[in-house]
Amino acid sequence: MIRFLIKGLLRDRQRSLLPLLVVSIGVMLTVFMHAWVTGVLGDGIEFKARFETGHVNVTTRAYAENAGQIPIDLSLEGAGEMLEILHSEYPDMTWVERTRFGGLIDVPDESGETLSQGPVTGIAIELLNENSHEKERMNLTDALVRGHFPDEPGEILISDNLFEKLGISLGQEVTLITTSMYGSMVFHNFRISGTLSFGMGALDKGTVIMDLEDARLALDMQDATAEILGFFASEYFEPETAKAMCQAFNEKYSYPEDKFSPLMQNMRSYPQIANLIDYAGLMTFIISAIFILVMSIVLWNTGLISGLRRYGEMGVRLAIGESKGHVYRSLISESVAIGLAGSVAGTLAGLLCAYILQEKGLHFDVNMDTAAVMMPSTLRAHITPVTYCIGFIPGLLSTVLGTMLSGIGIYKRKTAELFKELE
Amino acid sequence: MTNNGNQAIIALEHVVKRFPSGRTWFTALKDINLTLGRGEFAGLVGPSGSGKTTLLNLIGSLDSPSEGRVDVLGREVGKMNARESATMRKKHLGFIFQTYNLIPVYTVYENVEFPLLLLKEKADKRRKAVLEALEWLGIESKAKSKPTQLSGGECQRVAIARAMVKKPEIVLADEPTANLDAENSHHILQTMEQLNRELGTTFLFATHDEKVIKYLKRKIRLFDGKVASDEIIQS
Ligand SMILES: Nc1ncnc2c1ncn2[C@@H]1O[C@H](COP(=O)(O)OP(=O)(O)O)[C@@H](O)[C@H]1O
Ligand SMILES: [Mg+2]
Repeated sequence: MIRFLIKGLLRDRQRSLLPLLVVSIGVMLTVFMHAWVTGVLGDGIEFKARFETGHVNVTTRAYAENAGQIPIDLSLEGAGEMLEILHSEYPDMTWVERTRFGGLIDVPDESGETLSQGPVTGIAIELLNENSHEKERMNLTDALVRGHFPDEPGEILISDNLFEKLGISLGQEVTLITTSMYGSMVFHNFRISGTLSFGMGALDKGTVIMDLEDARLALDMQDATAEILGFFASEYFEPETAKAMCQAFNEKYSYPEDKFSPLMQNMRSYPQIANLIDYAGLMTFIISAIFILVMSIVLWNTGLISGLRRYGEMGVRLAIGESKGHVYRSLISESVAIGLAGSVAGTLAGLLCAYILQEKGLHFDVNMDTAAVMMPSTLRAHITPVTYCIGFIPGLLSTVLGTMLSGIGIYKRKTAELFKELE
Repeated sequence: MTNNGNQAIIALEHVVKRFPSGRTWFTALKDINLTLGRGEFAGLVGPSGSGKTTLLNLIGSLDSPSEGRVDVLGREVGKMNARESATMRKKHLGFIFQTYNLIPVYTVYENVEFPLLLLKEKADKRRKAVLEALEWLGIESKAKSKPTQLSGGECQRVAIARAMVKKPEIVLADEPTANLDAENSHHILQTMEQLNRELGTTFLFATHDEKVIKYLKRKIRLFDGKVASDEIIQS
């Protein structure tokens, strides 16, 4: 009997192939959409992490409290030792040191007198350490306008706007005037190797980017760093893991009474970013929900119609003596089989598309003049555990529910009426 | 009383059937009293709308009466639940419809085999019975065809084979010749007459086709939901 029914299912393309295709396509779109929305909305947050906060970061308690003022005098000493601890406790994560500071750039003329001056924010990163991948992480490669990246100590990059305003030429020596970690005034000469355009007012107004070792030398902060940023191997913020990490780390290494003891924070520790994450999560949820709803209605109808279409056949089978329950169950089994096969096929196809867009991304060739590195220039999909199962909601649940609903007609109607539907 | 005096296989007493029609009810059958004996070759005849199909559906337990009782094979149809009536149809009744109602995805062989699958017959028994039924109807050569590849006459023969394959006690045939030409109609009636003779199957037709009426051994004339006359043809 079962073999007999399967034979019928396979032969009737309208009953098997067509719904299978519709379900697969619907599921594929749902799965892909979910990964895409998750990725694109998540990218804004990831960008923030890569450029500013890390997924987690370690600073002194005092620095964390005054982070807005980039207080290098509150930097973390014993950075080497701390890095060793972090590497051994969290070997899967990537750890990088960064230091930001305020200062003044002084451009001299031939005789050494000041030609022009401008305030800058310095960002010191592991630029000369190729293994740090900081250039790529901060998307600086796309932001280069003139010259080249520093390839030896003493070379720095500067915002293209400031470069023009101060009348600097490539390769010229300029003087950085700032205060050291211990509060004394320092002067240090650097050579301009290239310029950057960020497409963000604040950064374009005055930013210099230099190697961390250069900054340490200039700011007298041997073995100290303002921040150590940690990134997950998945390259995505993992809120639960991050929270647990921070808790465990702070319990072990942080002392509330010692404001120079280290403190680990994660992205959610910043209220603004926490809001952003929540907002992105909500948007992902809403967009996915709308999409699932639409797909569900479509697939529900597919189930409904394929059931209704066969009222005549149901009538004959009932007349021949098949019980209503048996007819109904065979109808449901069919739709479960189709829903399941379609969901699996659709999920695989959707995951494949999402995977390609996760690995390759959709690249937007941005104009150099308006290059906005603060916005991700490559949009990526992101596959999460949810992506694997989300397609089954419209694919299996809706299809089967639709069929169940249409099948209820078998019970509600008198058998004699099922024939009328046929005529 | 029955035609040939033996035990009643179908008995209707004061049967009324109403259908909802807008806010009121439409009475399709009005106080029907009728008895059929085993092995009869009878027909409900009458103009369209006189209640023939409705009456056949009641006897076939596809519907239940509003009033009165319908007994089939000694059991009261109105008191059976869905499962019991399905079992009765499966074991004892065969249906033939005006529109054949073959299942399009299955071959002729499979369509005829279907009732035996429901009865959970063994494969070799099924095979023998299907081939025999196809032979009665002269459609052995069409066993592997799909219904869409057949003519109307052939389709109706498949439908008869499907109704007969399990050798049911009663065959209910609703306008079986409505879509057939004269030659096919006669051929089919002759076949059914022969099956009635050889297997003793009880046949009850619903028809207004003169070609069918000619073959009937009993004509139960329905008019406006009532039995207008009940005539037994002496052979
Ligand atoms: N399910 C139904 N609902 C309402 N009216 C019906 C239904 N079935 C039959 N009727 C009505 O009952 C009457 C008898 O119908 P039917 O038994 O099909 O007649 P026949 O088969 O003799 O042509 C018709 O007037 C028809 O409209
Ligand atoms: Mg009729």
